[in-house]
Amino acid sequence: MTEKADFLTGDVAAGQPPRETFVLNLGPQHPATHGVLRVKMTMDGEYIVRAEPVCGYIHRMQEKMGENRTYAQFLPNTSRIDYLSAMTYTHAFVGAVERAAKIPVPPRAEYIRVITSELNRISSHLVWWGAFLLDLGGFTPLLYAFDDREKILDLLEAITGARLTYCYYRFGGLCNDVDDSFIKGTREFVAHMRPRLKMYRGLVTENIIFRKRLEGIGPISQEMCRKYGATGPVIRGSGVSYDVRRVEPYSAYPEFDFEIPTFPGGDSMARYLVRMEEMVQSLRIIEQALDKLPAGPVMADKVPRVLKLPAGDYCYAVEAARGRFAVRIVSDNKEIPYRVKLRTPSLSNLSLFEEASKGMLLPDALALMGSLDLVIPDIDR
Amino acid sequence: MKSALKEIAVGFNSLITGMRITLGQFFKRSVTLQYPHESLKMSERFRGHIELVKDPATGKAICYACKLCERACPSDCIIVEGAKLDGAKKRSVTTYQLDFTKCSLCGSCVEACRDGAIRFSHDYNLASLSKEEFVMDLFKRLETEREEEERREGKPASAVPVAVKPEAAQPAAGQTKVEVK
Repeated sequence: MTEKADFLTGDVAAGQPPRETFVLNLGPQHPATHGVLRVKMTMDGEYIVRAEPVCGYIHRMQEKMGENRTYAQFLPNTSRIDYLSAMTYTHAFVGAVERAAKIPVPPRAEYIRVITSELNRISSHLVWWGAFLLDLGGFTPLLYAFDDREKILDLLEAITGARLTYCYYRFGGLCNDVDDSFIKGTREFVAHMRPRLKMYRGLVTENIIFRKRLEGIGPISQEMCRKYGATGPVIRGSGVSYDVRRVEPYSAYPEFDFEIPTFPGGDSMARYLVRMEEMVQSLRIIEQALDKLPAGPVMADKVPRVLKLPAGDYCYAVEAARGRFAVRIVSDNKEIPYRVKLRTPSLSNLSLFEEASKGMLLPDALALMGSLDLVIPDIDR
Repeated sequence: MKSALKEIAVGFNSLITGMRITLGQFFKRSVTLQYPHESLKMSERFRGHIELVKDPATGKAICYACKLCERACPSDCIIVEGAKLDGAKKRSVTTYQLDFTKCSLCGSCVEACRDGAIRFSHDYNLASLSKEEFVMDLFKRLETEREEEERREGKPASAVPVAVKPEAAQPAAGQTKVEVK
């Protein structure tokens, strides 16, 4: 890591403790953290000696809440852990309960779950894209991103009734079927989004100022990802092809043909490119799912009104927009679970920040933080 | 020297590309609405706060206070009371208190209802300076609506029927605070 040493002032580079440091609090209210995350930074001038994330400002005890209410009553909470990918989070919880209670899900419901989850992934990435560029100093891309995201939100609002906290999946299926206007609208959206992504490439990805801000900045090695359990675009940006949709196939994903985009760079640019490519792949999945969408019911026949899971330990993982989200339910054959464990990707992705940001310039560290795509309620949950 | 020149050329090119895209936007249709003057129609399944459904035959609430919604609610924001009125076969609702400050709009109550007695309203302009205004008595709200309708129908035919404005949260006048169970 000789490159890193160049960033440092004389003291730290020479292996000496810095003579004079000061503590800079980034947050808890700071526009670059997009939420209430506090990072306690020990600075040597503009260089970071140590950046210590302080979590817990928005802790809502979601896991504890899961332990004192029934499964159906906890379901709306799952949309509120990572509010940007509510669909996938509900999917994990619903999937865990279905796996435990052995509820078969009709194929149409599984397909619609895939379509809505992928739409949700695109909308989540669009928010990240806009906000990330906002962090880097570009305001306009946010407006382009929100224009496109609005189309997804309108589609999802028409079928679920909500724009962010969807709570659309149920144990055994979905609460509503989709109508023809949704299918038509989604096809139109896919056709609309492809040229837009091309436009994004011209506007941002190929912009030289943008590339200079990101290329080689904030390298995260594969080893570091493994050490901290980083998943999602962060690990794929380090060249590891790890995607829950491939390694632990769930729902209807094995039936679709899609690629797992990986970039070996490990820098912020690689993580950026992974997400941009993921949107393309999501569009592919949506298109295939719409073509193959089977007819039939969207709800399983026999779902007990009062749900009691047989005693045991159940886990279900999904690939959320930020990485691997897993729900673990420990049941003791009661209406209320004994334990609900939520494994959220943002917490793991954040925990490598301290090591990765050592010796970086402050604005570069913010670029690194933006490329991790942190959602603070997802960290604290 | 050569690489610096190349960088300038690449930088200039990316500047031109960006400018061309931005310029193109001038000739596209605006995607925004001037909100207070124009607003979007809410979709059919929009989840606003809940409201009681009227029985078209009698004009009264379908709800007979079975309390399934009260039990289904994860946030304890519904309190339903019912009574058996004289001469009636079924119980009927007398109070339906919704504490909207606690409601997370999950829709468990609507799903729990077997008779379709509650539905989501399409109100979204809910803003107030006091917390109490969000503790609504939906039964009272329905009754006031019905009375108003009756009064209007009772009027001479020359009176032009006024379109019912989507009401904002009605201030629940003289209402006691919800007791926490």
